[in-house]
Amino acid sequence: MTLEPIKSEIEANVSGCRLEILLNGSPSGQLSLLIDPEHALAVAKFLRDAEHLRFDYCSNVTGIDWPGKEISVTVKTKKIVDGVEQEVEEVQKSQSSGCLEAVYHLYSMEKKHGPVILRMRTENRTDRVSLPSLTPIWRGAEFQEREIFDLYGVIFDGHPDLRRILMWDGFEDHPMRKDYVEPDDYEYEPTAHDEVLQKAKQHLNRAGWP
Amino acid sequence: MSAATLPAVHLTPKPSIDGSEGQLLEVSMGPQHPSTHGVFRMDVVLDGEQVVKLKPVFGYLHRNHEKIAEQETYLGSMPYTDRLDYFCSITNNWAYALAVEKLAGIQVPERAEYIRIITGELTRLQNHACLIGFLMQDMGASGTPLMYAFREREKILDLLEALTGSRMMCNYMRFGGCRVDFPTGWLQQAQKVVEAFPRFLDEYERLLAENEILMARTQGIGVLPKELAVNAGVTGPMLRACGVNYDIRKVDKYGIYDRFSFRVPLGEHGDVYDRYMIRLLEMRESVKVLQEAIRDIPSGAIMDAKTKIRGFRPKAGEAYGRIEAPKGELGFYLISDGSPNPYRYRVRPPSLINLTVLEDMCLGHNVADVVVILGSVDIVLGEVDR
Amino acid sequence: MLLQQSWDHLDVETPKGFGMDEQLKIELGKQGIFATTLQDLYNWGRKNSLWPLNFGLACCAIEMIATTMARYDMARFGAEVFRASPRQADLMIVAGTITKKMAPQVVRLYNQMPEPKYVISMGACAISGGPFKQGYNVLKGIDRYIPVDIYIPGCPPRPEALIDGLMALQKKIDEQQLTGDHKPRHLDPDEPSEFIVPQFGAHDLEPPQNPEVWRPPLVNISLAGGDDSGTD
Repeated sequence: MTLEPIKSEIEANVSGCRLEILLNGSPSGQLSLLIDPEHALAVAKFLRDAEHLRFDYCSNVTGIDWPGKEISVTVKTKKIVDGVEQEVEEVQKSQSSGCLEAVYHLYSMEKKHGPVILRMRTENRTDRVSLPSLTPIWRGAEFQEREIFDLYGVIFDGHPDLRRILMWDGFEDHPMRKDYVEPDDYEYEPTAHDEVLQKAKQHLNRAGWP
Repeated sequence: MSAATLPAVHLTPKPSIDGSEGQLLEVSMGPQHPSTHGVFRMDVVLDGEQVVKLKPVFGYLHRNHEKIAEQETYLGSMPYTDRLDYFCSITNNWAYALAVEKLAGIQVPERAEYIRIITGELTRLQNHACLIGFLMQDMGASGTPLMYAFREREKILDLLEALTGSRMMCNYMRFGGCRVDFPTGWLQQAQKVVEAFPRFLDEYERLLAENEILMARTQGIGVLPKELAVNAGVTGPMLRACGVNYDIRKVDKYGIYDRFSFRVPLGEHGDVYDRYMIRLLEMRESVKVLQEAIRDIPSGAIMDAKTKIRGFRPKAGEAYGRIEAPKGELGFYLISDGSPNPYRYRVRPPSLINLTVLEDMCLGHNVADVVVILGSVDIVLGEVDR
Repeated sequence: MLLQQSWDHLDVETPKGFGMDEQLKIELGKQGIFATTLQDLYNWGRKNSLWPLNFGLACCAIEMIATTMARYDMARFGAEVFRASPRQADLMIVAGTITKKMAPQVVRLYNQMPEPKYVISMGACAISGGPFKQGYNVLKGIDRYIPVDIYIPGCPPRPEALIDGLMALQKKIDEQQLTGDHKPRHLDPDEPSEFIVPQFGAHDLEPPQNPEVWRPPLVNISLAGGDDSGTD
C-alpha cells in the first residue's frame, strides 16, 4: 500500500490537517503517517468510512517513549577574543523536550489491504501529555490505550474508561518510560553480574559486610 | 509523572452501583476461581442471576516482558516469547521470527518454511483440542473429555520434545529458519499421529453435535454481532464464528501457506456453539495441511546462511509482523535503532483484544453463562498481561 | 488394632517402630492384628490424602494439569481432589510467576487454609522470580511472605519432577513428630499460622518482604561476576 495517494486524499477531505510521511530505514517498507492531534479524530473517521479505503480494523496501538536529547548547534557569533572582535564558532547546547508517541496499525477486513500506520506525538513528556483517543472510532483501541496510559502516562481525551489496567490503582509511576527506576529488591542475587552485581553489593554494604 | 496530580481524569477502580435499581449484587469472580483460565478477575454486578455490568481486571501476571526485551538482544527474547501464550510456544516463536525477518530483510529457506508449518499446525491442533476439553470441564463434565484432549496433546508434545528438547517452552525458531532439523524417524512418527487424529476428532464431534446439555448451554449464548467484532479488533476463531472471512494465513500469505489447499470455516450466529464448531473444523483443515506438508517437504538447509547469529544488528527502522496464531492475530512491532537490543518491542496480544467485547457478550445472561462465554473467548493470561 | 499410647508424659521422643520386633509384627499381621504408633497412623493418613488447592498462575499450571491427567496420574498419590476453596485444601502448589499485584491474594489464600498446611513452590518463578526476575512487577519468590516446604526447580518442571516433589513432601510429612522439640508448626501453639498480607504501596509492595519468614541467605558475592560476560 503506498501512502502518497492516501495522504493526498486525506488532505483533500479533512481540511486543515497536517500530515507527514516518515521514512523507515529497514527493508520492511512500512512507512508511517504522522498526524497532528487536533485533526486526528477526523482523519481516523475518514480512513474508516471512505468507500475504497474502509480501514475498519485497528490492529495494534503502541506507545513509545522518546526521551529528550541534547541538541548541539554550531553558531557563528561575534565575540571579543584578546581584545579583538572576531567571528568565532560557538557550540550552543540545548535540551529537546522529548515526547511520547502513540502508533496505530490499521488494516481493512473488508478490502483485505493494509497496513496503514498512523502516529501521534505529544508535546513533551512532563505536563502536556494528552492525545485524542481513537476509541470512539475503533473500539479495539480501548484496552491498548489504557495500557499506554498505565505504562507511559499518556492521557487520552475522550476515552470512556481511562484507568490503570496492568498495574494496581495506587501505583504512581509509569514503568515503561526509559527513565524509570525500579524498586530495590536485590538482597539475594546468587548469580549476579554487571549492573545487578552493583545493586546487590549495595545491600551487602548496608548489612555491614566487608 | 504521577496520575494523581493530573486534573480532569476520574479514576474508578470499581464499577459503580446505581442504588435506585433495587438490590444489585457485586461479585468479584477471581483471581482464584475454579474455572477462570488463569489469574483473571471479573467484577460482575448482578441483578438476581443476570449480569448487569461486567468489568474485566487483569494484570495479575504482568511480567514486564516488553521491558525485559529492551534490555536483551533480539535472540535473547526468543525464550521469553515461549512464555507469552504458554500453550502454543511454536507459533509465538514464529511470529517473533517473522517480525525480525521483516525488520532485517532475511529470507527463509524452503525446508525451514515446511518445518515451520508442520510444527505450527501441530501446535494449533493441540491448542484447539485442549480448549474444547476445558469447555467441557467448565460445564461440569469434570475432567473426562479433558483427559482425552490431553492424551492427544501428550502425543504431540512427545513429538515436539524429540525435536526441540522441551515439551512446552520450545524456543525453536531462529531468524532465518529453525534451530535443528528433524531427527531420523520423526516424520514417520508425526505421520502416524496425524493419521490417528481424525478418529479422535470424530469422537469429539459426537460429543459436541449430539450432546443435548452442551447444545442447550451454548447455542444462543454470548452472541457477538459482526460489526462489533470487526470494530473491536477481534480476530481468530472468534471473529470467524461471526461470519467474517479474515484468516491471516489467507490474507497475508506469510510463509508458504498459499501452496496448501485448506478452507476457512465460517460461522453463522456468532455464539459459543459456533466458536467451538469452528475450532473443530479448523482442526480438520489443519490435519489436511499437515498431511500435505509431511508429504511434500523437500530436503535442504534449514537456516539462512547469510544471517549473523552473534552480533545481530538490524538497520534502524521498524517493522510489524503478524501471524494467525491459534488464538487470533499475534503480532510483534519492533523498532530498531541499530544497536543489538531493540528500542521498542511490542506484542500485539490476541487474547487481550478479544476480551474487549466480553462485557457486551455477557450482558443479560446468567452467571453460569459467563463462565462458558469466557471459556469460548480462549484467553491465556500470559498473553493478556505479558 | 493395637495402638500405642503417646509417650508425652515420659518426655521421650516417640521412636519409629516403637521397639517391637519386626517378626512379631508380621506374625500379628497375618492374624489380622495391626500394630502401629499414633504418629505413624496420623502421618500416613495425612500424607496419602493431600488435597491440593486449585491454584495455577502461569505456565507451570499447565504442567500441573498435565500431571493430573491420565499419563502422569497424580491421583495415585492421593492428591486427586483439587479443591477450589482454600478452606478445604491442605496443600498449595504455587505454580507460576507471582507478581506484586497477585502477592496479597496469595498470602490471603494461604491464611485462609486451615492447619496443617503445606506449600510447594513449583517452577523457577515461584522459587526466586525465575526468568522474569529483572521486573518491576515480579515478586522474587513466594517464600518472601509465606513459608515454603518443597521447592521444585524447572521452567516448567516436568510432570515427573512434580511427582518427585510430592513424594518428597510425603516423606517430610512422614518424618514429622507429634511430640518433642521438632513438632511441626501446626502442633506448636507459639508458631504463627497466618502471615501479614502485603499492601499496595505507591512504588512497591509494603512491606517488600516479611522478615519473620525470609532472611536473605548468605552468599559470597565477592566471587560472583569475576569473568567477562560477553555482550552479544
